[in-house]
Amino acid sequence: MTAVLTPARPLVEAREPRRRVRTADHVAGWGFAAPAVVVIGLFGLVPVVWSFVLSFQHTDLTSPGTFAGAANYAKLAEDPLFWDAARRTLVYTALFVPLTMVLALPIAVLLNQKVRGIALYRMAVFVPLVTSTVATGIIFSWLGNPQFGLVNALLDGVGLPKQGFFQDPGQALYAVVAMTVWGWLGFAVIIFLAALQNVPQDLMEASALDGCGRVQSFWHVELPQAAPASGFLLVWLTINGLQLFDAVYVTTKGGPLRATTVLVYHLYNEAFVSFDGGYAAAIGCVVFLVILVFTVVQLRFNRRTSHFEAR
Amino acid sequence: MTALRIRRRPSALHLVLLPLSLVMIAPLVWMVLVSFSTREESRRFPPGLPSGLEWRNYADALTDAPLGSWLYNSTVVSVVCVVGNLVLCSLAGYAFARIPFVGSRIAFLAILATLMVPFQIVMLPLLVMVRAVGLTDTLGALIAPNLATAFGVFLMRQFFLTVPRELEEAARIDGAGRLRILVQVLLPLMRPTLATLAVLTFLQTWNDFLWPLIAIQSPDTMTVQIGLQSFQGAHTTNWPKLMAGTVLSQLPVLVVFFVAQRFFVRSVASVGIK
Repeated sequence: MTAVLTPARPLVEAREPRRRVRTADHVAGWGFAAPAVVVIGLFGLVPVVWSFVLSFQHTDLTSPGTFAGAANYAKLAEDPLFWDAARRTLVYTALFVPLTMVLALPIAVLLNQKVRGIALYRMAVFVPLVTSTVATGIIFSWLGNPQFGLVNALLDGVGLPKQGFFQDPGQALYAVVAMTVWGWLGFAVIIFLAALQNVPQDLMEASALDGCGRVQSFWHVELPQAAPASGFLLVWLTINGLQLFDAVYVTTKGGPLRATTVLVYHLYNEAFVSFDGGYAAAIGCVVFLVILVFTVVQLRFNRRTSHFEAR
Repeated sequence: MTALRIRRRPSALHLVLLPLSLVMIAPLVWMVLVSFSTREESRRFPPGLPSGLEWRNYADALTDAPLGSWLYNSTVVSVVCVVGNLVLCSLAGYAFARIPFVGSRIAFLAILATLMVPFQIVMLPLLVMVRAVGLTDTLGALIAPNLATAFGVFLMRQFFLTVPRELEEAARIDGAGRLRILVQVLLPLMRPTLATLAVLTFLQTWNDFLWPLIAIQSPDTMTVQIGLQSFQGAHTTNWPKLMAGTVLSQLPVLVVFFVAQRFFVRSVASVGIK
């Protein structure tokens, strides 16, 4: 009984000053948050709605547009270039994402070992991540040069014929895959590495005591612990794969023979070469929708299988 | 036992780690090698080591193109964006973590939602906006949209949530205002998180490509990435000069990477783990 009565007083007392602080809190809160909210809202959120509006207009993005109804979406459905670009984007993503992940996991396990010089090894794996796409594109164009590139020298060394890589319509998309896997591998490794380092040491020791070999511990202890990270990576890499542009622009400019014209590259062409801003916006909206659906489905699936929260 | 045994003979792992590291850095090593080659050496098959150091490539890269002003432009944009993010994201992160204000939940969720929005859907209206306010072809067009980032706000908010409230309450009793608490009490604790945000923002703005590509036309206003890209189109045959320019364009990020690798790795990991 006393326990119920005693806290009553402080509660009432606490409520009074609290109410007075409230208005000040609203002012302070918005005062602190407003600059960032305005910047992000104006340049990150408003354009989404605006893009949607643009997709229903005929516009070259310089003069005011005119209402077009669903004409841009109708054009999209019948545009063979759009469907070719969509197909290439899917092929690219279907190669880029699993390749990056499958290579990154064993590398992360290796870099998680206590070996002398591990910091240097990690640095070597991470450094491509800070290399700009332009620099990467220039370097890989040289490495894959059909006449004097290093990769062709290696092929030549083992008696294989020289390849065209970025200049061969049949190989260019795969060359872009190789280049972007090199650039993104460090990212995937860091994510896996962070997950592996969260594996409690006791768990590893316990599995060792139970007679698990190093390989068994990996399969039964470390891999399950890294699984949530792979769910996040799958989403993140897929989102980036579907948005491929920079790596194409700096190496092949969509060629040769459109072999690397992926969706966003097609969008870029429509907006800044054909000046069909409305149609470009429609392509953008479709890409966004695909990304949105994929992310929601994957996050829901992920939540069911693990406690991991992507953000 | 197993762990001990592995630690005692690390040589087996080096056999895998060493070639792996070499493969990863080979492209960058070759970038440097070509940048010091003569033109003939860069077109030799099979490619080999340069016979000497052709510093001339660097001098040529700096004189044949406005590489100096491109580097300067990139520096201005990156530094301003880093400072903007540090200030604006700290303020907003603090507000979202600590101050109960009306609409804070909605505003924070809206900010988070922008993380999902692909840039190519943002860029067309962004270009119209930039044209409308006369920022076309200025560094302002590159700075304004990146002054604050959703990720930065999120990162700072997560940080403030981990700071014990008692720290601030003591200062509040002493009569300190929120801004003073933020600057004098919390700022010293925030250094690693601020460094993480600074490193990530710097690398992102320095290496940014698509937005400067469409927002900037004149060579004088280009950032180093866009400039280098146009340089590549014009000098496809002079690989050493192009590589020298590439090396110069990457020096700042490499320096930041080596000096602040710890923060860089943390910033990437915090994208995924939270």
